[in-house]
Amino acid sequence: MKFDWHTVSTHIILILGAIFMTFPVWVAFMTSTHAPETILREGLQLLPGGHFFETYNEVLFVEGGVMKKVTAMQMTKNSLILGIGFAIGKVVISMLAAYAIVYFRFRLAAPLFWVIFMTLLLPLEVRIIPSYKVVADLGLLDTHTGLIIPLIASATGTFFFRQFFRSVPEELLEAARLDGAGAWRFFIDILVPLSKTMIAAILIIMFVVGWNQYLWPLIMTTKEENYTLVIGIKQIYQVIAEGGELPQFQKAFALTILATLPPVLVVLIFQNWFVKGLVESEK
Amino acid sequence: MKRVQFEHSAIPYMFIAPQIIIIAVFFLWPAAQAVYQSFLLEDAFGLSSQFVWFKNYFDTIGSTSWLQAAGFTIVFSTLVTILSLAIALLLAVKANEVIRGARTYKTLLMWAYAIAPPVAGLMGNLMFHPLIGDLYKFMNTIGFDFDHKLDPYDAGFVVVLISVWKQVSVNFIFFLSGLQGIPKSVNEAALMDEKSSFRRFWTITFPLLAPTTFFLMVINITYAFFETFGIIDTTTRGAPGGATTTLVFKVFQDGFRGADIGGSSAQSVVLMLMVLGLTVIQFRFIERKVHY
Repeated sequence: MKFDWHTVSTHIILILGAIFMTFPVWVAFMTSTHAPETILREGLQLLPGGHFFETYNEVLFVEGGVMKKVTAMQMTKNSLILGIGFAIGKVVISMLAAYAIVYFRFRLAAPLFWVIFMTLLLPLEVRIIPSYKVVADLGLLDTHTGLIIPLIASATGTFFFRQFFRSVPEELLEAARLDGAGAWRFFIDILVPLSKTMIAAILIIMFVVGWNQYLWPLIMTTKEENYTLVIGIKQIYQVIAEGGELPQFQKAFALTILATLPPVLVVLIFQNWFVKGLVESEK
Repeated sequence: MKRVQFEHSAIPYMFIAPQIIIIAVFFLWPAAQAVYQSFLLEDAFGLSSQFVWFKNYFDTIGSTSWLQAAGFTIVFSTLVTILSLAIALLLAVKANEVIRGARTYKTLLMWAYAIAPPVAGLMGNLMFHPLIGDLYKFMNTIGFDFDHKLDPYDAGFVVVLISVWKQVSVNFIFFLSGLQGIPKSVNEAALMDEKSSFRRFWTITFPLLAPTTFFLMVINITYAFFETFGIIDTTTRGAPGGATTTLVFKVFQDGFRGADIGGSSAQSVVLMLMVLGLTVIQFRFIERKVHY
């Protein structure tokens, strides 16, 4: 048999790629299980150390273990609220809006669609200071409402459901109307069940997007108990940057692992839905 | 638009209202504010302000620090876009060819999508930490006089590397799904006509991927402009001497740290125009795709 160089080189490239993508996280995880003295003396670690339970216990549950007061457990809770709240809010709001746009004839349909479209031109980063001011004026700093609501209105979800609703056969609406179903009935009993897979895919993507929010929670939250894990990252960065006698590198690494784990698990478990949702929603 | 539609006067407005209200309060109003403030000059205490036309624009955008940030943003976006697209394309082509272990490779190459930019930033930051970072030591061992805290090029290298790493997985997912969308018959025909797999790729596969590539270019430029904020904020913070400051990072810095509202707003408006430009390009391209 001839030695197949092409297949071998393909595997080598893929293995190198896989190493490139996973190695940093592997090193972060392994290093997080070592004692700070070891890390300072020997540098990053490739193999597990004996301090896994000690470090993660301290980071997750002990007050003052990682931040001044708030534990990583509390930050995980805040991140979950943000991720889930963002995902659900986004799906509900954009499904309703897409339903109105696709299934109704009304005078302001076109201008309102353009208003929704315009949000694509206004990423948070370019309106950051006035947005902060609006939320502050409404008294919504440090609240879940103020954190989630301004994030959920952008157009991506609406476009996605608009595209999907358009592909739903017209006969369904005709039949539903013959049966005397009203607008709300049709939406709840027919359209929502039909969109189940799409809803799941969008929920997964949006959970990851919500969990990973950085700039907005950063300026929105002033109290430590409202920090998300991703914001905790920024705080621990500052602690590390300032130095100190014995930099707690293992805790910084543990925090990156904790901030990474839930969205990674969601993506891995629902891989097929996730890929479908991502590729479809960006079309 | 559907042929068959409901005809109601009030109901559609109720359905669309939640989104429109949120957009009005949290998008349109702040954006209008940004435009308005970009024409104002506030005194140091924020007590009075004066309408100054385009003075803020000339002052900030003509300044050396803005031009430096604009220059870095262009170089940075170009590098991040080209490198992450090239790496992702290579990996996607190989992952599409391989039979054994295809699913494992796919999973390992796409999972980093779920990692937040600032988390990637902190991880990279620690890898390059002068005390413990093996990458820092490695760069010095192989002969570079590496110091990303002092040398602008080294700092740029760190930021580009982390940004590329973070973006490869998204590009990989789209390229792979693009490749899988190419009909089998096309590949078989190509196999008969062209023996060299290298030429086969460039003459047949790559042109078929052009729509995906173009779409990804827009996505990647947007990413490099905006989403890399989290990476820069947890690595170099624009240092040394503003050498790794992107335009978005500068808006944040001038507005929040420097409290220069007028100047920061003027920069925001310029960024809005840039996004507008990108969107126009994207939509013209999508229109063309429809006529394919």
